Amino acid sequence: MKRENIIEVKDLTKKFGNFTANDKLTFSVRKGEVFGFLGANGAGKTTAIKILCGLSKPTSGDISVVGYDVYTQPEEIKKNIGYMSQKFSLYEDLTTAENFRFFGGIYGLKKAEIKQKTSFYLQQLDMENARDKIIQSVPLGWKQKLAFSIAVMHEPDIVFLDEPTSGVDPITRRQFWDMIYNTAREGITVFLTTHYMDEAEYCERVTILVDGRIEALDTPMALKKQFGGSSMEEVFVKLARKKLTVDG
Amino acid sequence: MKGFIIKEFHHIFRDVRTMIIIFGMPVVQILLFGFAITTEIKDAKIAVLDHSKDRATREITNKLVASGYFLLESDLQSYDEIEEYFRKGDINEVVIFESNFENKLKKNEQPSVQIIADASNPNTASLLTNYTIGILSDYQQQISGGKKQGVIAETKMLYNSELKGVFMFVPGVITILLMLVCAMMTSISIAREKELGTMEVLLVSPLKPVQIITGKVVPYVLLSFINAVTILLLGYFVFGVPVRGSLILLLLESILFIVLALSLGIFISTISKTQQVALMISLAGLMLPTILLSGFIFPVENMPVPLQWVSNLMPPRWFIIIIKTIMLKGVGLAYIWKETLILFGMTLIFLGLGIKNFKIRLE
Amino acid sequence: MRNISYIIQKEFIQLFRNHVMLRIIILMPVIQLFILAYAATFEIKKIRLVVVDQDHSVTSRDLTAHFQGSPFYKAGKHYDSYKIAENDIIHGSADQILIIPAGFEKDLNREGFSQVQVVTDAINGSAASLMSAYSLAIIRDFNERILLQEKNIQFGQPIKIQYSYWYNPRLDYINFMVPGILVLLVTLIGMFLSSMALVREKEIGTIEQINVSPIRKYQFIIGKLLPFWVVALADLAFGLILAKLAFNIPIVGSIGLIFLMAMVYLLVMQGIGLLLSTITNTQQQAMFLSWFILVVLILMSGLFTPIESMPHWAQVLTWFNPIAYFIETMRMIMLKGSGFMDVMKSFLILSTLSIFILSLAIWRYRKVV
Repeated sequence: MKRENIIEVKDLTKKFGNFTANDKLTFSVRKGEVFGFLGANGAGKTTAIKILCGLSKPTSGDISVVGYDVYTQPEEIKKNIGYMSQKFSLYEDLTTAENFRFFGGIYGLKKAEIKQKTSFYLQQLDMENARDKIIQSVPLGWKQKLAFSIAVMHEPDIVFLDEPTSGVDPITRRQFWDMIYNTAREGITVFLTTHYMDEAEYCERVTILVDGRIEALDTPMALKKQFGGSSMEEVFVKLARKKLTVDG
Repeated sequence: MKGFIIKEFHHIFRDVRTMIIIFGMPVVQILLFGFAITTEIKDAKIAVLDHSKDRATREITNKLVASGYFLLESDLQSYDEIEEYFRKGDINEVVIFESNFENKLKKNEQPSVQIIADASNPNTASLLTNYTIGILSDYQQQISGGKKQGVIAETKMLYNSELKGVFMFVPGVITILLMLVCAMMTSISIAREKELGTMEVLLVSPLKPVQIITGKVVPYVLLSFINAVTILLLGYFVFGVPVRGSLILLLLESILFIVLALSLGIFISTISKTQQVALMISLAGLMLPTILLSGFIFPVENMPVPLQWVSNLMPPRWFIIIIKTIMLKGVGLAYIWKETLILFGMTLIFLGLGIKNFKIRLE
Repeated sequence: MRNISYIIQKEFIQLFRNHVMLRIIILMPVIQLFILAYAATFEIKKIRLVVVDQDHSVTSRDLTAHFQGSPFYKAGKHYDSYKIAENDIIHGSADQILIIPAGFEKDLNREGFSQVQVVTDAINGSAASLMSAYSLAIIRDFNERILLQEKNIQFGQPIKIQYSYWYNPRLDYINFMVPGILVLLVTLIGMFLSSMALVREKEIGTIEQINVSPIRKYQFIIGKLLPFWVVALADLAFGLILAKLAFNIPIVGSIGLIFLMAMVYLLVMQGIGLLLSTITNTQQQAMFLSWFILVVLILMSGLFTPIESMPHWAQVLTWFNPIAYFIETMRMIMLKGSGFMDVMKSFLILSTLSIFILSLAIWRYRKVV
């Protein structure tokens, strides 16, 4: 079954002065898939995701997201995507319900819709008693799940998650991945970055980024076969080492 | 220890914006204070309502303008216009001559001059009135044949004969600066190490707490010293603010004040958990009182008594007296031993409190 | 428009939930008015005068008494030698010395004039010029009232000089300061707090979440600034009530006009705050930078020292200083009852400035970096 592409990237390059953060990235993301960007810290994952969300302008390359061009139609893109940043992104001094109301409001949801969505997500997360709690007093794992719900509450075509699970305990990570799969099942494309190798196994396709360049892109299964490793961790170590020997 | 101090310098110099503020602010302040902040009356706009328009009134008007204090903005036609001009804020003073001025003057009938000042700024109003009356008195003396009459006051201005504003501000800005850099910057930078957790790392290292604190404060001492000297030089060469007393005594007193400010900074850092808190305490507790209650700009003697009590608790208040006395009055320790002792006592108190709090934290 | 309302709602919730901020907003007018009005004063009253009376005559005592009867002077010590009196000035326990030489009364009776010397500590130049002016005024008054009328010592007084102080007949410095302090109040809230609120979103990272949303930048900025605009105006109202009730400051002109001017002025200051927030990344930087800019703008605003006294280049700079315009208009409206036509120039300039700075700030504010 051939699915249409929701993101098309050709030769994406981003330079900060002399430093090249992204070097000619070329890839596409299919509608409804869970697409992973795997790489060490500083490999250029966050830079790339910011460009796709319209938060940062690329130096060169052809990029379209949800059918819109990132250079000329960033505002159109923003209407159709959700984003959860690496930094924690809810308002700590607002309650859970107030955060839902605020973010729903700025995405143009109607009052009734916001109400209904808030109840729906709180019920789904089994967090109804946290409705009127100030976010500050909510445990980190819960916050992360709330942030994800808020990122998808306006039903975007695609949601970008920048290291969504860093610093979260294993059980919550498990639950978080359940949420990601549920979202994908609803037809929302999930684009995420991670430096946890085991999480890469859960993605439909994985891109391995080393020093701003794409070193490999395929399903986890195919990658393991291609590089002869039993886990993504081994694949990654091999790629990184190859890079070292080339450099050295 | 040396490496430690170098690390501190790296922190400071890497933060360009803070650097600009530390070095730029005092220079800008001195230049502003020196050039722009002056209460000297010059070219004050006035209007004349001359009901006579004769030789005498014209002579007086010319004398007013020739004095350099006044600028004749307009000739009014009627009394009703005065209010209009005042309300627009176009003029500060109106001089009214009654009709038949010269004739009355010749007949010895005492013609009257009325001066109306816009006293919404009371100080300017009383200065303007005073200058106008002075010029009128000159004129009277001139027409009565130069004969001196009544009690005549000869005025003499001590220490600052040209009444320059900078004489007041150079000591004040030095004080504020030493306070800002030593107390505020030190407290913030120690609080930052606490906040980032690097303080723990330093404390478990073989360095003694005294060494750590010394290492942290040495760069700030140097910076503030350079800064203070810059201001002194700027004051001397650009504005002619002299150092009449002993330079060595001035520097020694400055060192005493720097130590005081540092102990205050260390004390603040021991009671604040984050940079934000340290900053707030420094700003609200040090900067504002230093500016308002130290006698830097506003004379303490004119404040209500409760505020004067508070002002006595401010270390800068005493230091400002000390440097003013040494720099401008040119006398020695005999006149300022009391203030010096007060600073000394305050230093011991803050140092003691700082060390005590620091130890408690360690236990 | 509906988008904006959500931001405004959120800002108000955050504002009222933050107890520190709330306390600042409520206490600031009170503290500023009470501390600044009394501490930030160039009022010279109770000058500490030391008298060196070497004449010991009735007239010399009369002259001394005349000084001490003035509200500007405080009864001071008497010394016989100038050296000792000067010591008091060096110690800082006296401000002025009046020296009445021996033969003072005799000269006055015989020659019709006699000389005294007034020595003033001039380290504070502006205070010194006032003190000197007061001493001259008292001596003049002594000449006219005591010598001429009571003692009948004859000397010509060809012109009768009268003077009056309008709008503030008792020369209360507080009347002059309070309108200025109210300006500082709205300035701090308008510029300081709103730039902090914006930088805070940057610092904690929530700004990214807003930037990826379809909200327009003007919507976000309006939503962010409007709450502080309202709070600043509310604080101005509070401050005006305090000024009237606690300080008995006359408010001669129209309150509506005061608020009209404040509304426009706040837009300018908020624009500057917004501009600052686009070039800083942390609250600390924003605070330092706005502090620095505020100090310069305030010093050059005519709050303490008249703008006319400044050198020409400095006066030119004040043409671009919004604080200078607002302080001037506040004083004009509150103390002199100036109407809209009188302050129209300032109104137009502030409006132009607000449009210019706000557009510049909105243009500089980037959703994309």
